[in-house]
Amino acid sequence: MRSASTTRVLLIALAVVIVVSFLPLGVSGYILGLLTIAYYFGVFAMAWDLLFGFAGEVNFGPTFLIGTGAYTAGILDNLYQPPIWLCVAAGALAAVAGGVVLALPALRVRGPYFGLTTLVAVLILQNYVVVDAPLTGGEIGLTIPDVITISDAANYEIALWFMAVSGAVLFALSRSPVGLILQASGQDAVQAGALGFNVTKHKLAAFIISAFFSGLAGALMAFYLSSASVGTFIDITVGVQIIIAAVIGGRRTILGAVLGAIFLIAMSELLRPLGDLSNFVVFAMALVVVLLFPGGFFGLLTRSKEHG
Amino acid sequence: MTLFWQILIDGFAISSLYALGATGFALIFGVSGVLNLSHGALMVAAVVAAWAAGDQLHVGPYAGAAIGVVIGFAASLLTYFLIVRPLQQSSKIREEEKEIFILTATLLWGIMLQELIAYLYTNNAKTVAPIVEGVVSIAGVRTPSNEIFTAIVCWLVIAVLWLLVNRTRAGKAVLAASMNPRGVTLLGIELSQVYIAVWAMYGVLVGVAGVLLGMFLGVSSYSVGPLTASAFAIVVLGGLGSVSGALIAAYVVGYLETLTAYLISPAYRTIPALLLLVAVMYVRPRGLLGRR
Repeated sequence: MRSASTTRVLLIALAVVIVVSFLPLGVSGYILGLLTIAYYFGVFAMAWDLLFGFAGEVNFGPTFLIGTGAYTAGILDNLYQPPIWLCVAAGALAAVAGGVVLALPALRVRGPYFGLTTLVAVLILQNYVVVDAPLTGGEIGLTIPDVITISDAANYEIALWFMAVSGAVLFALSRSPVGLILQASGQDAVQAGALGFNVTKHKLAAFIISAFFSGLAGALMAFYLSSASVGTFIDITVGVQIIIAAVIGGRRTILGAVLGAIFLIAMSELLRPLGDLSNFVVFAMALVVVLLFPGGFFGLLTRSKEHG
Repeated sequence: MTLFWQILIDGFAISSLYALGATGFALIFGVSGVLNLSHGALMVAAVVAAWAAGDQLHVGPYAGAAIGVVIGFAASLLTYFLIVRPLQQSSKIREEEKEIFILTATLLWGIMLQELIAYLYTNNAKTVAPIVEGVVSIAGVRTPSNEIFTAIVCWLVIAVLWLLVNRTRAGKAVLAASMNPRGVTLLGIELSQVYIAVWAMYGVLVGVAGVLLGMFLGVSSYSVGPLTASAFAIVVLGGLGSVSGALIAAYVVGYLETLTAYLISPAYRTIPALLLLVAVMYVRPRGLLGRR
């Protein structure tokens, strides 16, 4: 993995993105819609990978940040109808605030304890959304009156390039000295501190960056779906799917998370004929990847490159 | 005054059930450092087996309960041999990363079981035919005998577990392994044998807790997540790895939930316990009786 330089990987990724950006010319709107969702999911998974893979924070609650972003944007649009970009920006900012709230316990408690705190954060947000139904739409979900565009192709390009830019930023960050410090503080916070690195500052930064991209992606996806519901943005199963995407894609690789997300969405679509059993098969495949190929898809790719 | 007794009695039964469920979870973590996130799924599997035996094979309540416990036991050992052990012994995964791989894998395994149960037996709630029926009056509160039965069985099982761990040779090996795994291997005890013993005990606990829960409240495949989360929360509140801490925490959470349900609204049932959990983690991150 070290062998491939950051610029080279980014150039390859850019080439792939450019090729994929021509898909709307030859693919049906239905498949574009699926991929649009997969790309947003990819951003969720990459943001999670930064926080977990690098900073070592066991975060079971990616949906706390995503849900905060999506619901803030949606509720704002519902109440005042400001320009959409303002709603999206507000969603991202709210998620950043959520990230800071989530970071506070992380600076005090570690490992499974922090993992539980994030789980609790999700449950509290979920309870709040369900209880405050007049504002949030409760269990039925929130309808968002405005859309960015109704064109499948345009929505696809927005998601694709948003994912590409987020991926480039997160990947470059993970390969930068900051990424190394994060990795060091994730593995041994005391030693990293003893080497003179400000662990607290870096961890807080990781939370803020992860929250920013999660919230932004959540808000954009809410506008794409023109609705927000607990089942799509907050529920723990959504968080689990994000974690699975990042792990089967390859932890600590950032870009692998995108592969995992596309795999998950594509598989649940391909296996749709199996009906209710399809989820079972998808999760079983993910489990096999975790058990047999702990490096994930990205690990397999880079390893075969080294041999070849 | 009746309300007071009602909360006291209802809270006691539900708390005992929480205690039984969380004890197994704490045991596994204390001995092998494994947080088993398929906990809820194993419990639901036991309930559904007991329900299916009674509802579809028309066996009596005792046989149904026994089948449920056996399935819980088998599912627990299957989890160990299929998921946990291969990861623990894997040479491809770095030692410090094993914890997260076990978390992810057991989570996936739990969701798989959940999906399979939903596929085979639908998402509908299942209630197991109770062994004890009827109603008795305690301090003016009409209490189902089943509730008393639940509390008694929970405490009997916990007592047996205590005897097993403190008075038998295998149990003492388990206890020693929870204190110092390397020391145990130096004494010539095979650590993997200890793990198998723990997962077997855990299986019985999960089976019994599941079947009792099925008789008391009933479960559906949707209960998998909340059951895991509540066991996790209780164990963290009590202090990871501390069984007595988990017992105390189970009563704190059980009573807090019952109080909220009766005095405020059942809709807010879980919220105060969650807030308490967050507060405890700020003030005392290692839980009530935690060692690490």
